[in-house]
Amino acid sequence: MRAFCRLGLGAVAVVAAALAAGCGGGDGQPKDVVLVTHDSFAVSKAVRQSFERETGFTLRILQGGDANETLNKALLTAGDPQGDVIFGIDDSILSRALDADLLDEYRSPELSTLQPDFSSPDAHVTPVDHGEVCLNVDRAWFASHRVQPPASLADLVLARYRDLLVVENPATSSPGLAFLLATIATFGDRWETYWRGLRANGVRVVDGWEEAYTQQFSGAAGSPGKRPIVVSYASSPAAEVIFSSKPVATAPTAAVENGCYRQVEYAGILRGAHNEKGARALVDFMLSQRFQADVPGSMFVYPVREGVPLPKPFVRYAVVPEDPLELPAGEVDANRDRWVARWTDIVVR
Amino acid sequence: MDGHRRPLSHARLGRLATAAVPVAFLGVFFVWPLAAILRRSLVVDGRLDVPWSVLTSDTTREVAWFTVWQATVSTALTLVAGLPLAWALSRFRFRGRSVVEAVVLIPFVLPTVVVATAFVALLPDGVERSVWAILLAHVFFNVAIVVRVVGAFWAGLDRRLWDVAATLGASPTQRGMRLTLPLLAPALASAASIAFLFCFTSFGVIVVLGGPRYATFESEIYNQAVRSFDLRTAAVLGLLQLAAVAAAVLVSGRLERRLGGGRRRGREAPRPVGRQRIVVAAIVVTSVALLSVPLAALVVRSVQVGSGYGLDHYAALARETPALLVAPWHAILNSLLFATAATAIALAVGIPAAVAVTGGRRALDVLLMLPLGASAAMLGFGFLLAFADPPLDLRSSPAIVPVAQALVALPFVVRALVPALRAVDVRLREAATVLGATSTQVRREIELPLLARPLAVAAGLAFAVALGEFGATVFVVRADWPTVPVAIFRFLGRPGEDNVGAAMALCVVLMGLVAAVALVSERILVRGAAR
Repeated sequence: MRAFCRLGLGAVAVVAAALAAGCGGGDGQPKDVVLVTHDSFAVSKAVRQSFERETGFTLRILQGGDANETLNKALLTAGDPQGDVIFGIDDSILSRALDADLLDEYRSPELSTLQPDFSSPDAHVTPVDHGEVCLNVDRAWFASHRVQPPASLADLVLARYRDLLVVENPATSSPGLAFLLATIATFGDRWETYWRGLRANGVRVVDGWEEAYTQQFSGAAGSPGKRPIVVSYASSPAAEVIFSSKPVATAPTAAVENGCYRQVEYAGILRGAHNEKGARALVDFMLSQRFQADVPGSMFVYPVREGVPLPKPFVRYAVVPEDPLELPAGEVDANRDRWVARWTDIVVR
Repeated sequence: MDGHRRPLSHARLGRLATAAVPVAFLGVFFVWPLAAILRRSLVVDGRLDVPWSVLTSDTTREVAWFTVWQATVSTALTLVAGLPLAWALSRFRFRGRSVVEAVVLIPFVLPTVVVATAFVALLPDGVERSVWAILLAHVFFNVAIVVRVVGAFWAGLDRRLWDVAATLGASPTQRGMRLTLPLLAPALASAASIAFLFCFTSFGVIVVLGGPRYATFESEIYNQAVRSFDLRTAAVLGLLQLAAVAAAVLVSGRLERRLGGGRRRGREAPRPVGRQRIVVAAIVVTSVALLSVPLAALVVRSVQVGSGYGLDHYAALARETPALLVAPWHAILNSLLFATAATAIALAVGIPAAVAVTGGRRALDVLLMLPLGASAAMLGFGFLLAFADPPLDLRSSPAIVPVAQALVALPFVVRALVPALRAVDVRLREAATVLGATSTQVRREIELPLLARPLAVAAGLAFAVALGEFGATVFVVRADWPTVPVAIFRFLGRPGEDNVGAAMALCVVLMGLVAAVALVSERILVRGAAR
């Protein structure tokens, strides 16, 4: 066994080498701008390169979980952040970032180019895009079953939609929370009664959007799902067209325009950022015409800048809800935990 | 006197050194980050402030009960399901045996989210979200552990013992109960403890197949830490889980030692004859068929294009996509690179660790198993806190990925080696030395051939674990260095057929990689050493 020991001891060098390789990476020069963001973040290569060309900074991207998880990781490392800019904080969690003193103030000169709805945010954050959480329906299913698709949230408790709906758990999913907020914005104090009705009507709750949309919803291409109504985004039907393997004339799914809830996504400069100059350049860039025009095709959300043209499939297949539901951020923040706990009691327990 | 003492202290020094390597590695990459996150969670204004009430809450009780019973039942079922196949594969030689061994390993490395997804697609609506689905998925995942760990040990047991017992008139049942089981006990305890740990800390399966109704410690800690950012509750639950895992490891270690090791005098297994042929064939065919169904479902979905079939999703892996910052095929290279480095680290730390554990370092044995029992979420958070500054400014470095993977692979290396090391017959070496063999000859002619198979098993398992590792990797990986499981996860997170198709294609690639690794490690190491 001693010979065998030596074999093992000899291999220690490998660990040492691996460690040395890991330690060698630290350099003080802020050549990199590090963006901390959620899993859904995306940017076209050409757009990313144009940022690097124009500013001379290298853009590094760290992705970690959904928006909520990304924020929590940033809160964990507040003051000694992993990156320079955080992107993807939406209204429902914004106040947590502000209360924790996570961000430095920055007012981008580009703010004046934004649509009026978005042009005066809190001084610590910059709006970058907006998306609407809407019911999506499987058009083929409703056609072949000769049933009218639901036209509003209230319809979902009707007997003809029994066992057809799948939603995300608001405790664990950002669209799930948005949908809960949509029902609260719509039904006010009677939201609990509404959810009891949904439960009695066979609503299925899953953990996250992935499972709901790609596994449970019958309308997503390649999905084994059996339920024709799902909580997703206003832009999802356009995604079905863009990512279809064969060109299609009509989208296989449709968003229900009534009862959509608006989420605005913000970027902010992390307090203690190593590269503050680069961070500002990146925030400015995210509001530029070039980045804003890339936002729909890459992330399936809508630009906040005025006069940015949408890609064709978006114009044809995605709806931009006229009058989306919204709740005041302060109200959401004061009640979120209580609402989610009540919801859990009513729907899951 | 003096001449007597010197070699003794030399040997002790060697033993200390073998223990120092794993202790240093775990100290830096496991204990330190864990301490950092616990300190952040539980120390308020310089004072320890533990919310003990968490321990007695109804939720904790429910979670504890469900975690323990599902892990126990899953482990028992896994043993029952895996033993026949371990027997068939380790005691007999037949055509395609190495292929079957490779197939068994595949489920083990697939990301849990992917397999759970395959189960959702296969199971009827009523079963789909139930405890049964969870148990079934756990068996599917962990059968490889039983087949590999028990099989490697079983193959080394001297067949003549059974021949002698049969000659002496022992019935098959008697041979099984009084010979096979006692001899296999250490390997069984080894396999069971790993399977138990895996089920105990199960996350992906619980979340997808159980839905919001079921929670293990692992999933509850994740919820509290990552989703609700209630670090205090998460820390208490994390400590509870660690304590439970440590207790389980201690018990299984004690069992393993009490049961002792078997004699090893490996010989090439014979071909099955007579009725054995039917039994072996039946076991192999049934097991492979059951394991293949979910795998086949993934393959089918990867070639479904619109309403027809084709390889479009595979071709798409070469193209840029908004889902990733790099073309998907980069993920395959990254995975191979990281897994190779992780295997090297796991072996470099694991071999001395196994030697030290065999030499009686029990505390080390427990310490080595703990990374399996620590919540990946807490450890990931710990990494973010501990490795923020030079000289270990690793939290944004690609080098942290193989380290995290090696942490998870390490217990497998040690578990695969320890029973074999224990069983190396001291007298064989002594006899060889007496007959004039040099230490190099002893190593080459006796130890390496005897340990080649467990080493191959260890390296293969480490590589496979590293390839499929998701929970820790996703916490530390950089977006421009995605691994295959991370890429799969990102694709599954986007709508549209192309994204789901790419995810499925990558699943199949991962399956192929694992199978190839299993086949190659078997061929090179076993055949090479036998020569």
